[in-house]
Amino acid sequence: MEILVASGVGAMTAAGVYLVLRARSFPVIVGLAMLSYAVNVFLFATGRIAINLPPVISKDAVAYSDPLPQALVLTAIVIAFGMTAVVVVLALRAYLESGDDAVDIGADDTESGQPGESDGLGESAGTGR
Amino acid sequence: MIDLTLNHWIVAPIVLPSLLAPIIIIAMRHDMLLSRVFSVAGVAALLAIAIALVVQAADGPVQHYELGNWDGPFGIVMVLDRLSALMLLLTAVLALGVIGYAIASGWDARGRHFHALFQFQLMGVNGAFLTGDVFNLFVFFEVLLIASYGLMLHGGGAKRTRAGLQYVAINLAGSTLFLIAIGVLYGVTGTLNMADLALKAAAMPAENQALLQTGGVLLLIVFAVKAAAAPIHFWLPGAYANAPGPVAALFAIMTKVGAYAILRVYTLVFGADAGEAAWLAADWLLPAALATLAIGMVGVLGAKGLVRQVCFAVLGSMGTLLTAIALFTPEATVAALYYLIHSTFAAAALFLLADLIVARRPDVGDAITPAPRFMQTGLLAALFFAAAIGMAGMPPLSGFIGKLLVLEAAASTPAMTAVWTVVLVTSLLCIVGFARAGSTVFWKSAQVSGDEDDAPAPRPLGPAPGVALSCVGFMLAGMVGLTLFAGPVTGYLADAAAQLYDPSDYITTVLGADALAGR
Repeated sequence: MEILVASGVGAMTAAGVYLVLRARSFPVIVGLAMLSYAVNVFLFATGRIAINLPPVISKDAVAYSDPLPQALVLTAIVIAFGMTAVVVVLALRAYLESGDDAVDIGADDTESGQPGESDGLGESAGTGR
Repeated sequence: MIDLTLNHWIVAPIVLPSLLAPIIIIAMRHDMLLSRVFSVAGVAALLAIAIALVVQAADGPVQHYELGNWDGPFGIVMVLDRLSALMLLLTAVLALGVIGYAIASGWDARGRHFHALFQFQLMGVNGAFLTGDVFNLFVFFEVLLIASYGLMLHGGGAKRTRAGLQYVAINLAGSTLFLIAIGVLYGVTGTLNMADLALKAAAMPAENQALLQTGGVLLLIVFAVKAAAAPIHFWLPGAYANAPGPVAALFAIMTKVGAYAILRVYTLVFGADAGEAAWLAADWLLPAALATLAIGMVGVLGAKGLVRQVCFAVLGSMGTLLTAIALFTPEATVAALYYLIHSTFAAAALFLLADLIVARRPDVGDAITPAPRFMQTGLLAALFFAAAIGMAGMPPLSGFIGKLLVLEAAASTPAMTAVWTVVLVTSLLCIVGFARAGSTVFWKSAQVSGDEDDAPAPRPLGPAPGVALSCVGFMLAGMVGLTLFAGPVTGYLADAAAQLYDPSDYITTVLGADALAGR
């Protein structure tokens, strides 16, 4: 059981890190999702692996599993879910506005002081409202 | 039952903005005037609360607040000591200047929900400063990050959206790492309450030391991402340079949240009593901090744009701050906290000034090149001069006192040679960098064409350009005040550092008087 959980976490983390390093928005999003799955399983395991044990008090329980990691995982899932939605929308918008889905900022982006388009003000003044 | 013995004002800095933000979204989203009034009133109230809490913390012991009246270590606790009270006050003062600027320059009307996001951001920052629980710290980090994503993208634009995507991706990876670190620490200690973690770390058997220290170092990496320490600082210039001016100024406090978290966790949990894991952060943090300082100030020298130059100056100031923190002595912590206050004001003032200058030079933006004269060249040049002096650490402003305190604190440590060399050389680089930028933008521009009347029409300067300028003046006044009252301020900071380096008061307040009996 330990081997299974540990290798599962390891494989998902490895896949997640690989995908995040692809620096294209879709693989990055999938990679971040992978990482959050790996973390959720990992958090479960921090309460020690227990099978078929109740987390809350019951009359016929012989032992309990640790309820706290389950609460932590719940919080982590909610946050990761919300953030995945945000990053999907953001990636789509970045792709549609710049016509490119690269996540890293290229040389043309770091050059500041291009007339009329420094930090995007040209576009923002008209469309922001 | 409400326990009347608890000081309910401790949660007010979190509850107030968290109530105000939804009210602004629900009731005032179509009325800019009303949301502006409520947002400013909220920040002013926050400032009043923060002052009251600092007064309480200054002459009182550590106080705590148990949410839902559940005792630590099981319930979530908020802890008010001198350090957290100081950070709340700094946040409120900064927020007041920034919200004033955002309204006066019209930035808040260039997108939607600026004021609600601003309040959520304050809620997250205040929560991170007050919480006494590591997982709760994660949650407040997420609150402040999610609000910061919205603020950073405020106003839109292709470049800003792309920079925002990168910023979000970096921080999501950082959050994942935070959860892994929390998992490791919980797995090895069985608790997440910081005071309880301190007790468990002190009593950790040798066979579990490796896991404990792994968790501790992972946590350090997470905080270093927030504090933009080398080698994980790359996100900062791209993100801050593409954020709207006032938002970048507010973000001056965000890197400080990382620095605060390092100071809190690595004096309380991995402090002098932690046995084998004592001062875990020091060995890793000092080289990283010196590298950050060097990279930042070289960046100041090489930057082609004014805003990017300020971003690198922020990086350099974080390097100085983390250097002082990494020494982990009470004197160095006083220096670190003094420099923290100073660099927050200096960075905010410079970001706001850069925004003012960019708005007046529509043809060249923030590029450091000569351009025709623009409105109020002389006034802006004087303000830029003052802010750059502050940031570089030249007398007479507080940056000089801050750097002097850092150098003095390092004098008696083995790291003296490295710290003195790097701090002094990088200060020179910073002076040269800002002198080059200032003389190009203001003096050489003055020679391009003689008359201010020929200046190109600036970008719309917003409803109240005069108020926007005075908000920059407010930030500079913060630095002047810090210089004039350096004595009382360092007195308070010395008490705050004493509390940090003797955490017994913190631990007994949170866990009860007999928590330390077993030691």
